[in-house]
Amino acid sequence: MLAWTIYISFLGVLALMLLPRSSVLVARILALLTAVAGFAVTVVSFAQQRSGELVTVAQASWIPSLGIEYHLASDGISLTLLLLTGIVAIAGILFSWNIEYRAKEFFAFYLALIGGVYGVFLSFDLLLLFVFYEIAIIPKYFLIAIWGSTRREYAAMKLALYSFVGSAMVLIGLIAAYVIAGGRTMDLVQLSQFPFPVHFQMWAFPLVFAGFGILAGLWPFHTWAPTGHVAAPTAASMLLAGVVMKLGAYGCLRVAMTLFPRGLDAWGFHVLGFGSWRDVFALLALIGIVYGAMVALVQKDFKFVVGYSSVSHMGFVLLGLMTLQQIGLDGAVLQMFSHGVIAGLLFAVVGRMVYDRTHTRDLSELETMHLGKVIPFAAATFILGGIASIGLPGFSGFVAELQILIGAWRSFPLAAIVAGAGIVIGIAYTWRAMQKAFFGASEPGVSADTHSLPAISIPERIGAVILLGASVVIGLYPQLLLRVIAPALHSPMFDGLWKGSGR
Amino acid sequence: MSALSYLDLLHLVLPQVIVVVAALVVLSVDLIFLRTSETHLRAVVAAIISVAGCTAAILWILHAPHSANVLDGMLVLNHLAQRMQITLLILTSLTILVFIESTFTQHISEYMALILLATVSMMFLVSTQNLLIIFLSLELLSLSLYVLTGFNKRSARSAESALKYFLFGGISAAFLLFGASLLYGLSNSTNLERIANSIPEIVHGPFLDPLLIVAIVMTIVGLGFKVAAVPFHFWAPDVYQGAPVPSAAFIASGSKVAAFFIFYQVMVIGFAGAEGSSSWSGYAPGWVPALAVVAALSMVLGNLVAILQTSVRRLLAYSAVSHAGYMLLGILSHSDQSFRALLYYAITYALTVLGAFGVIALVEEETGGDALSNFAGLSRRAPVPSFCLLIFLLSLAGIPPLAGFFGKFYLFSSVLTSSPAAIGLLWLVVLAIAMSAVSLYYYLKVLKYVYVLDPPAGITPRRISLVRQFVLCVMALGVLLLGCAPNLLLRWL
Repeated sequence: MLAWTIYISFLGVLALMLLPRSSVLVARILALLTAVAGFAVTVVSFAQQRSGELVTVAQASWIPSLGIEYHLASDGISLTLLLLTGIVAIAGILFSWNIEYRAKEFFAFYLALIGGVYGVFLSFDLLLLFVFYEIAIIPKYFLIAIWGSTRREYAAMKLALYSFVGSAMVLIGLIAAYVIAGGRTMDLVQLSQFPFPVHFQMWAFPLVFAGFGILAGLWPFHTWAPTGHVAAPTAASMLLAGVVMKLGAYGCLRVAMTLFPRGLDAWGFHVLGFGSWRDVFALLALIGIVYGAMVALVQKDFKFVVGYSSVSHMGFVLLGLMTLQQIGLDGAVLQMFSHGVIAGLLFAVVGRMVYDRTHTRDLSELETMHLGKVIPFAAATFILGGIASIGLPGFSGFVAELQILIGAWRSFPLAAIVAGAGIVIGIAYTWRAMQKAFFGASEPGVSADTHSLPAISIPERIGAVILLGASVVIGLYPQLLLRVIAPALHSPMFDGLWKGSGR
Repeated sequence: MSALSYLDLLHLVLPQVIVVVAALVVLSVDLIFLRTSETHLRAVVAAIISVAGCTAAILWILHAPHSANVLDGMLVLNHLAQRMQITLLILTSLTILVFIESTFTQHISEYMALILLATVSMMFLVSTQNLLIIFLSLELLSLSLYVLTGFNKRSARSAESALKYFLFGGISAAFLLFGASLLYGLSNSTNLERIANSIPEIVHGPFLDPLLIVAIVMTIVGLGFKVAAVPFHFWAPDVYQGAPVPSAAFIASGSKVAAFFIFYQVMVIGFAGAEGSSSWSGYAPGWVPALAVVAALSMVLGNLVAILQTSVRRLLAYSAVSHAGYMLLGILSHSDQSFRALLYYAITYALTVLGAFGVIALVEEETGGDALSNFAGLSRRAPVPSFCLLIFLLSLAGIPPLAGFFGKFYLFSSVLTSSPAAIGLLWLVVLAIAMSAVSLYYYLKVLKYVYVLDPPAGITPRRISLVRQFVLCVMALGVLLLGCAPNLLLRWL
């Protein structure tokens, strides 16, 4: 039944394309219904599938001569990310309720992106996964280039090319793996059991991991992320930060780490203090955490603050993956969910609630507008979102980052300390942005004309409540997701990862 | 050699005969009945007769499949050759249909007849394994294409490009003929298989006979010109830009398929035993390393130069150069699977590029040029053709689930699986994939003009006839369908 998440999304695209140009409201409602239907399908499956083990959704022969199958399946990790996709998709449509310019095309591209994302999370055949992975690239380009703001064409092209270069690296690795395994199957589960030669894994792992890592905001290939997030229209930034970056992290975990687990082994010699690819990527993740946070601290543009915070938080995901501890991987998957929801919320506040009303994102200009009084709902939402983002207990960010830190403490004690420092910087930049944007120094007598800003609309309120609710629910009861994530990480697919030499 | 009556021979080449007759009928109907009619009517009648001729030929091939190898390999009919003939006939029909309303010339019947004659030569080209017939069909094809290129008498560009095409073509034909004569001298035969049989006698250890090397290089020069591979590509940008759109589309689609088919046959059958190797760590002299150099140069140069183009037709020309580079990989890995992959790639590429030219023709009629700026805001003026163009260009860039993606995947994986040592070709595959990442930039640039930018003021949208929209949609659907279900084509070949 989960396969319908994909089909529903693409049917939605088709329906939107056939719609007459003028029916904006119909387009919105149709898009919302499509997203809700996709989410409903996911929730029902989530409720049915209690254990989180691998369940095949659809399997059919696709290209028999090459042994390629149309194989959709889901386990706890997929389910978690599918839920995230559904939530962010619905919220994104609610936050783009004000789109008038070429609205039906907007929602068509939006749903095509969603469909591609659902497809990636469900594919268990490598070629199929790759197909969906690339389907997701093109709508991003048009969403940003047509409906975006600051330097949109540049940002859109940069994002598309970074994604495409990343996927080209992945494709090289996949074709080589397919050929070395005999060219008979592309099934992820079967290939993960295949004993690839260690010297092959040693170059294929970094290639594929970095290829997916580009989309996950791996430092130093993260530069597409802030510019892309900033230029994108609100709903697209929400999707980019909330879901698309997760595609990269998911690929790192699901493809790179399961196919080439020996690539994480020690090299047997040391270069510049690195003993394995694991050390290298852990350090890159760590740099991402601290660098992203420090750069966010000095931004003038409100949206760039959130954009760089995404880089920082995705660093936690990659660090969690590199711990190779049960608790660290659990935390990484949970962090994907948590960051998806929270980043979506923050981008919604910045892009929709603030920028669409004030038409500026310059923190020094916002400082004079007293937005905390003018649009208190936005201020409250951003405070709650900020609290969730810096990882206060009770929100999802806390559970996730705590688990990653514990995992990191066991694997790289020093890294845990530095990452902890990254969290502290996170408090600083969130606080600074909040202070400047909503609670600027009040100068008596300047009660500006900003009172004329339109009030926060109902769809925005609903969207904010959905996203905040998701974060709080997982923060209070993380077991809801952890109970499906943990068994998934113990499926036969991940055997190689746990049994790698020296672990 | 078995005796063969002319009647039997005519029977075997009946499809070609049908197309020739169709060409003559097109000419005479136009001359006798429609001399005074208006251009549009003449165009429609000529197109209908031509397409009917192609259809009749297809039906005949399907109805009476033959298998024959007569006159020392001069006419080789087998399953694959006949499927290729059908493919070429379909491509020709699509070319005629999509450009049914072009109005660049008054001499419609002559134009159609030339297209049909070129098709006949391509049909001969794919059903022979004899150097002599290969050369003759290539010349017949080239001569038709030269004329088709210069057919727009009102345009100086058209004449210039035709002259360039002719001069380069003449020289490359001379190279090909010289190579063939050397091969004949070495092997005393023009039959590809016999040539290959005589190669072991002249290969001494790891070294090839100098004469054989010269023959190999000459052949690659001659055929490399037909497929527009670097450094024999100089004609392509001018011809793609200067020729009338239908001619350019025809050169870019059908003739490419036929040329790649025969390129593979000549190299793999004719030079079997002199392959050599271009593995990263296992170089051995032969035609494979020579082709590897040509392929690598084509991929790099084609993609990098395409970035700079502002004319969409020139952009497609350089992209064609880079695609020729990818397809050469299918030849140099010379296994059955890579041949199938090559054919799949060439056929879907032809379909895609034909569609792209169909949209370019629309834009040229509307705005009078093919510069990128002429495409600005096309999606607002003509949503359906724009969407088709989106599909065509993304397929060329290799975005799934379109045919171009599966073509690349199948081609590259078949290169690596072609032999146990083929993993040494990984460097070429890595280069190809890296270069196709570059190519996304310029395809997206065109699409940016189409979808993102606003249309310039003062252009009134023209009504686009339903026939053309329908044909474009059929081709776009074909590209999508062949990408989603590549088995349809793979099983059929």
